[in-house]
Amino acid sequence: MLSLSSQYPILVAIVPLMAAPICALLRGKTAPWAFTTITSACTFYISIQLLFSVASSGPISYELGGWAPPWGIEYVVDLLSGFMLVLISGISTGVLLYARESITKEVAPQQLGLFFTAYLLALTGMLGISITGDAFNVFVFLEIMSLSSYALIAMGERTDRRALTAAFQYLIIGTVGATFYLIGVGLIYLMTGTLNIADIAARLPEIEGTRPILAAAGFIVIGIGIKLALFPFHVWLPNSYTYAPNIVTAFFAGTATKVGVYLLIRFIFTVFGENYSFGELGLTDILLPLGVLAFLTMSSVAIYQTNIKRLLAYSSVAQMGYIILGISLASESGLTAAILHIFNHAIVKTGLFLSLGCMFFVVGSTYLKDLEGIGKRMPITTFGFVLGGFGLIGVPLTPGFISKWYLVVAALEKGSIIGYSLVALLMISSLLAVLYIWRVVEVAYFRDPPDSVVKREAPMSLLVPTWIFILGSFYFGIETSFNVGIAKVAAAFLMGGA
Amino acid sequence: MFALETHVALSVLIPLIGAIGIAITSSVPNIRETVTLVTSVLLCLNVFSILPGIMNGAEPTFLLVEILPDIALTLKVEPLGMTFAAVASSLWIINSIYSIGYMRGNNEPRQTGFYVCFAIALSATMGIAFSSNLLTLFVFYEVLTLSTYPLVTHKQNADARKGGRIYLGILIGTSIGLFLPAIIWTWTLAGTVDFVKGGILSGHTSAGVTGVLLFLYMYGIGKAALMPIHRWLPAAMVAPTPVSALLHAVAVVKAGVFSVLKVVIYIFGIDFLTETGAAEWLTWVAAYTLIAASVVALTKDNLKARLAYSTISQLAYVVLGASMATSMAVAGGALQIVMHAFGKITLFFCAGAIYTAVHKTEISDMRGLGRQMPITFIAFLIGSLSIIGLPPLGGSWSKFYLMLGAAESDEIYLMIVLLVSSLLNIAYLLPIVARGFFYPPLGQSNEPVAVGYEKSDFSWQNIKEAPLFCVLPPVLTALACMVLFFLADPIIRLIEPILTP
Repeated sequence: MLSLSSQYPILVAIVPLMAAPICALLRGKTAPWAFTTITSACTFYISIQLLFSVASSGPISYELGGWAPPWGIEYVVDLLSGFMLVLISGISTGVLLYARESITKEVAPQQLGLFFTAYLLALTGMLGISITGDAFNVFVFLEIMSLSSYALIAMGERTDRRALTAAFQYLIIGTVGATFYLIGVGLIYLMTGTLNIADIAARLPEIEGTRPILAAAGFIVIGIGIKLALFPFHVWLPNSYTYAPNIVTAFFAGTATKVGVYLLIRFIFTVFGENYSFGELGLTDILLPLGVLAFLTMSSVAIYQTNIKRLLAYSSVAQMGYIILGISLASESGLTAAILHIFNHAIVKTGLFLSLGCMFFVVGSTYLKDLEGIGKRMPITTFGFVLGGFGLIGVPLTPGFISKWYLVVAALEKGSIIGYSLVALLMISSLLAVLYIWRVVEVAYFRDPPDSVVKREAPMSLLVPTWIFILGSFYFGIETSFNVGIAKVAAAFLMGGA
Repeated sequence: MFALETHVALSVLIPLIGAIGIAITSSVPNIRETVTLVTSVLLCLNVFSILPGIMNGAEPTFLLVEILPDIALTLKVEPLGMTFAAVASSLWIINSIYSIGYMRGNNEPRQTGFYVCFAIALSATMGIAFSSNLLTLFVFYEVLTLSTYPLVTHKQNADARKGGRIYLGILIGTSIGLFLPAIIWTWTLAGTVDFVKGGILSGHTSAGVTGVLLFLYMYGIGKAALMPIHRWLPAAMVAPTPVSALLHAVAVVKAGVFSVLKVVIYIFGIDFLTETGAAEWLTWVAAYTLIAASVVALTKDNLKARLAYSTISQLAYVVLGASMATSMAVAGGALQIVMHAFGKITLFFCAGAIYTAVHKTEISDMRGLGRQMPITFIAFLIGSLSIIGLPPLGGSWSKFYLMLGAAESDEIYLMIVLLVSSLLNIAYLLPIVARGFFYPPLGQSNEPVAVGYEKSDFSWQNIKEAPLFCVLPPVLTALACMVLFFLADPIIRLIEPILTP
């Protein structure tokens, strides 16, 4: 019991949390970055260990301070949360490898310590949400994550002052979301007298017909919906992603909204149970149209963006639509597709934002008009971006294809006219993705670079991590046993264990 | 040398390794082109080393990677794919020679990228030819689309961008919008997407669903250029001529009709289609495409555009063969893949040779050019005759078998369609040759001569052919058209096993 490995569940959240204040004391350009990277790598290592042990010997329950679960706080690692831990800490570490040179260009040197402190806190929040088995503890971590992310986004103000309004907008909307969530948890506590997720799930069936539980479910779903940028609560996202520093965007695009999805899956399938969620609550009728609207409208909006960062941000909202659609189908294959796409989209989108960050590093802008002929100026970076774009379109051999395959299978399984029209809509949305990616491709390759611009690639410290993500995405699109395997088992567990 | 399975895998690998070699040697053009040629020869030898095994009924299978549970990317050689791979790989050698002549003769920029993409496209073509299930086919199909896009837009000007948009828009649009859902649907219905003799859908679907699925496949496989989704092919003509020759007369379009044949034979099954009658509409769409594209070809003055519409029409022969769902017709379709490939590549080679020599693209400007470029025009004539389907040229056999197929299924109207189409072929191809030889060059007129005093318009001093590397390839392929007339029987024997259940 005293061995270090038995303490992994708490360590994964506490290590970055403890590291954060230390980081604030560090000065200079390199020290805070190196410290943060090492911390993040530690959490990545711990997460992998946790996932292995969950995969081999089943869920882990950890009692905080030795207090037994219904009274004390419990940390639970099951396959899905282990999967999320690996995803979050992995993306965080990869992005940090890239951060050293990139961030010095965007944030003042004297603020770097604070920047990385906020980064570590955001990481703590996300890891904490994934691992905790306590509904109120979720709120605590949600706030840690949100508050630090407001700060991180606002740090983009050196490049564009609009980062401040974007952060403020996110602050207002995000707080509404968090409050809604808290109200929901409060109502549940009122009715069940417990905050432990497993305990709530056990007690809910007796009282699930009551009005307070119905209200709680409503508050929680909408509160989380705001956090994960569920259409139409997504307005904060394009602004925040556009004006945040590049590595923050890359980090959040892969993780922040995904944590929201994780929480939504947790509440729908573990807390409320699929019978209640899709029966009495009728979430399919709400989430399915919202998901469809998300990917149709947001993909269309993405086509007309003039800033590639904003284009990718809208594409993120659209991709969230796929995930929500997968959840709303209320079937094992649908849930598999959703969990799979959490992972697949995270790795693809992070790779895209990183390659865009390379362009920003050299050109100093992410506007299409400033990137004319970028394919000739920065061939390696641009090619990476195009390959990442294939992932968004869902070209075979990319992870996007695998997600789409499962999503279409799930839609066909649903059958009836709705299922078939969903397939058609999914395909239309893929074609919209072709359009918005191809706008970039044409600007990059068919326009001549402005005169007097010499060919210059981003430095290796940026290119290598970018290509790790790009090639990694192809790896997970070809050798799918890791992502598909876990998504399948996790979905079966959630559907069966509800 | 190696086990048969290894050779199968090598077919996909050799061009890829070649592509890397080309990229590495980009600074020394002579070595770079040598790499291309060596790669193409190796590929061809490799493909033909598989042939004897296939003739003996072997079915070598090679598992690449399992990308989804129960669905792996797998290569498996069967007679039809063998035929297609043999055609594409042998023509790549000739086309590589031609590419060198053309690209250097016209001082094209970005030649390394050109050869790299070409090699990747060939790798994808081999993958398509040897795919053992729909998913593998789809993967390589998309790789082929994406790797040919930079070739189509090689010039990187406004025209290229516009052509590239249509090319990619239609090919990606149809494949993702229709082909992919059809594959996934097939998977949910039959539980497999393997190519199995006799089909996999029989007993899993109703006649109505079969019809819908067939529609999704036929229009999802946009490379088959069935009307009205044929527009990408004329649009692709903005590419340099070697690309139009090998890719848009052979590899890409044949990949389309090859996929159509594969789907009809191995997914639906000929018998199942005949029973349900689900393919009847396809016969008429194919027949319409056949005639309509020929008529459009008549109106085109740009030589490459005319050839492109001719290709659309000739592709419809293969779809027609598939849709008739009789063994004779399918054999005709398979033969057409081979015969048309050699005929049409000859014509494109000639078009490119003319462009390289005198920079002319419009047919009306080519009057009297035959006197200047007799070898090119004779090769053009032979290619045309093969496409029209006259003996002793290879093209006659595919038309013959299609006619037999039409007779077998009692479709007299189709025989008339085929007849009219052949006449149209004559009408749009032969005048080019006739004008070339018998009309005076532009701006000149034949002086009236008294009967009995005619002199030959031909003189050795006037000959001004394109560079050797541009003229030799069409001569070779024209000769091949003649040789193929005598090779129809072995080809039929090769593909016979798939026609008789």
